Amino acid sequence: MNDPATLRRTSLYAAHEALGARIVPFAGWQMPVQYEGIVKEHEAVRQRVGLFDVSHMGELEIEGPEAVAFVDGLVTNAIAPLPVGKAAYTVCCNERGTILDDLIVYRRGADRLLVVCNASNRDKIAAHFAKHAEGRDLTFRDASDDTALIAIQGPKAVATVSDAGAPHLGELPSFGLGEATIGGVGVLAARTGYTGEDGFELFCAWNDAPAVWAALMKAGEAHGIAAAGLGARDTLRLEGKLSLYGNDIDETTNPLEAGLGWVVKLDHGDFIGRDALIAIRDAGTPRKLVGLVVTGRGIARHGYPIVATEGTPGHVAGERIGEVTSGSPSPTTGKNIGLGYVPAELAKPGTPIGVEVRGKIITAEVAKTPFYRRPR
Amino acid sequence: MAKYPTDLRYTKDHEWARIEGDLVRVGVTAYAVEQLGDVTLVDLPAIGGEVEAHAKFGDIESVKTVSELFAPIGGEVVEINAALEDSPELVNESPYDKGWMVVIRVSDPTELEALLDAAAYEDYVGGLD
Repeated sequence: MNDPATLRRTSLYAAHEALGARIVPFAGWQMPVQYEGIVKEHEAVRQRVGLFDVSHMGELEIEGPEAVAFVDGLVTNAIAPLPVGKAAYTVCCNERGTILDDLIVYRRGADRLLVVCNASNRDKIAAHFAKHAEGRDLTFRDASDDTALIAIQGPKAVATVSDAGAPHLGELPSFGLGEATIGGVGVLAARTGYTGEDGFELFCAWNDAPAVWAALMKAGEAHGIAAAGLGARDTLRLEGKLSLYGNDIDETTNPLEAGLGWVVKLDHGDFIGRDALIAIRDAGTPRKLVGLVVTGRGIARHGYPIVATEGTPGHVAGERIGEVTSGSPSPTTGKNIGLGYVPAELAKPGTPIGVEVRGKIITAEVAKTPFYRRPR
Repeated sequence: MAKYPTDLRYTKDHEWARIEGDLVRVGVTAYAVEQLGDVTLVDLPAIGGEVEAHAKFGDIESVKTVSELFAPIGGEVVEINAALEDSPELVNESPYDKGWMVVIRVSDPTELEALLDAAAYEDYVGGLD
């Protein structure tokens, strides 16, 4: 899968190379992990504005009289009440109520939806949707190959798109959708993101992305724009406690224990996984995804064991009680932060826990999340 | 100008060694730093401990990854760079100077002969990309 010969490139590959990006294999793609450095890019997004190529993500188009009912039957959030021009975050579960992927569903028209899925899950989700679309009065198309996606994020994102000729995008509400021309080409803009900052995600035709990218880099110059890679994207989303599929959520986790109960609308009609999620809700979740801050000297990382430590209630020091799902130094807070599953009774912020870092137990505590919330 | 300082010796694990009499000061190369990105934590051994040539003596962590540090030479650790505990970014800013990691009292000077000079290291790194 990581053989460079089989890895795909986005239409912005040359732009990344020209910026001196370090390119790494990611979900079958050759993607920029960093340009100037993760911390610098992270700070650019928090303080000014950053530009991300996320064209590797999957875009699915569903149109027809049954489009809304069809998607409503596949996801946990309620799509029918979503007004035209708005988007919603959701998860898509299997019959067991565990997570196939997390998605954003955009309502482009009364009978027209756009669904964005993770690059790593594109084939799985496209097949899942295609299978359930059979016999329904709708057309389903995997548009990932001809749709590019650029995210512009940070307090100066509005000013940058405005200077790039799209001042009206600043009027979009959070999760609102609009159209614009940037760099001479048409884009579909959504006031969404994966960084905890204000900003937009801009969809355009695959080969139009370099024009959009160049126009935004130019307009952003006066605002201190920086190209930002997957490395900064990860530290930014972690500070904002935005789940990463494959780390914090996957087919072994359900949305209720993952803190995504807010996107599970059990009363929105039948959907795949509903019965299982009702049973899980009624029984209560024995474990919960929590934030953690390392108080000792060390960095918690994905897959490291969470253990009881002196002061962990109800457990013997050293006992394994969970696992870190994401962890990293947090450039904004200066702390070493993470997410992980722990027994539900230990989910209270301040609870002392330990993280086993390469054989050594480092002290940590359950922390309030998000680790960062943007000032408004 | 040579890409790597010519007064240092190098390992294929990307550590450098500066020979100072019977002592050797050790750090990681600019190439290693570039690969790691922003260094956020350096875990060093205790003063007085023994290290073996090519054996692990510590860990270096960046935002994204953890790497092991390997001793270019065996001997006793006589000094560690305590400044790295609070300022691990010194490794990025000054890999050959303020970002040094340990000083080892060499137990077998013949081990030094196995280390690469700057030109050989540059050739080795050139073959990695």
